[in-house]
Amino acid sequence: MTSALSITRAANPPRAAFLDFPLGHTVGKPHQRELNRSIVRDGLRAFETLRAPGDVVMLPYEWADDDAWKDSVMRPRPAGSQPGSKQRDDRVERHAVPQYQTDADRAAADAAGACPTCVWLDERPNERT
Amino acid sequence: MPSTRPPVDYIERTRAQYDALGYPPYQWVHSTTPPPWAELEKPLAECRVGLIGSGGIYQVGQVAFHYKDDFSFRIVDTRAPTSQLRATHFAYDLTDARSDPNVVFPVDTLNDLVAERFIGELAEHAYAFMGGIYSTRKVRDTLAPALAERAIRDEVDVVLLVPV
Repeated sequence: MTSALSITRAANPPRAAFLDFPLGHTVGKPHQRELNRSIVRDGLRAFETLRAPGDVVMLPYEWADDDAWKDSVMRPRPAGSQPGSKQRDDRVERHAVPQYQTDADRAAADAAGACPTCVWLDERPNERT
Repeated sequence: MPSTRPPVDYIERTRAQYDALGYPPYQWVHSTTPPPWAELEKPLAECRVGLIGSGGIYQVGQVAFHYKDDFSFRIVDTRAPTSQLRATHFAYDLTDARSDPNVVFPVDTLNDLVAERFIGELAEHAYAFMGGIYSTRKVRDTLAPALAERAIRDEVDVVLLVPV
């Protein structure tokens, strides 16, 4: 599945089904079970219908009545007041410590101790903080 | 109403964003070899389906992903309630994934497709990682082969890959 067509074409997987939804919705909308089943059904059908390596099927679903949401995705913010000034980088900071969704998750992980269903692939043990 | 704008070109938007930030261009993976190809050998209704997602999904009790090239993965029990799933990632709006993880990790959706006999079964284990990894080498040489090995060991017939 993909919602980033140009990235997928560059990576060139064997088969792909493109869903024209905003990032973070690769296979559907929250709590829309019937829609999501339809989307994944169509995606899986690609295994049967796509014939050539690298083919992409464009799924027929629309995110909204109009496409205005596409205009503002990842657009640079207006430059600062000084000529030649660069945009401030306001992307999420990347920290090398686990980023829990909630404090309760952190507590649950700490209480669990070891994590047999976590697979770290480097040789050093990960530090958990 | 039919779509009036083409799909968002994220490679182009990233180029513009990095340029505006004064950074050198992001180095995307451009495949130079044809993708591998395997024919489906039985109807979907007889297939065991595997699921691998890069949206940063973890189960309560597991360690969450960090954001600096974390190339670990989580084994997710597809029989556990979706209410136990969490989402953490730095590169997409997590609002809807945190409300319903199925939008990036379709466990309920696939279980529904088993119930309606569209697919034969959903593998007991699904795999989740946090796809914001800047090292192509780590993904190509370490993470992807480890996930492929899991899929083979699980004897799935097809794998649904769900990136974000």
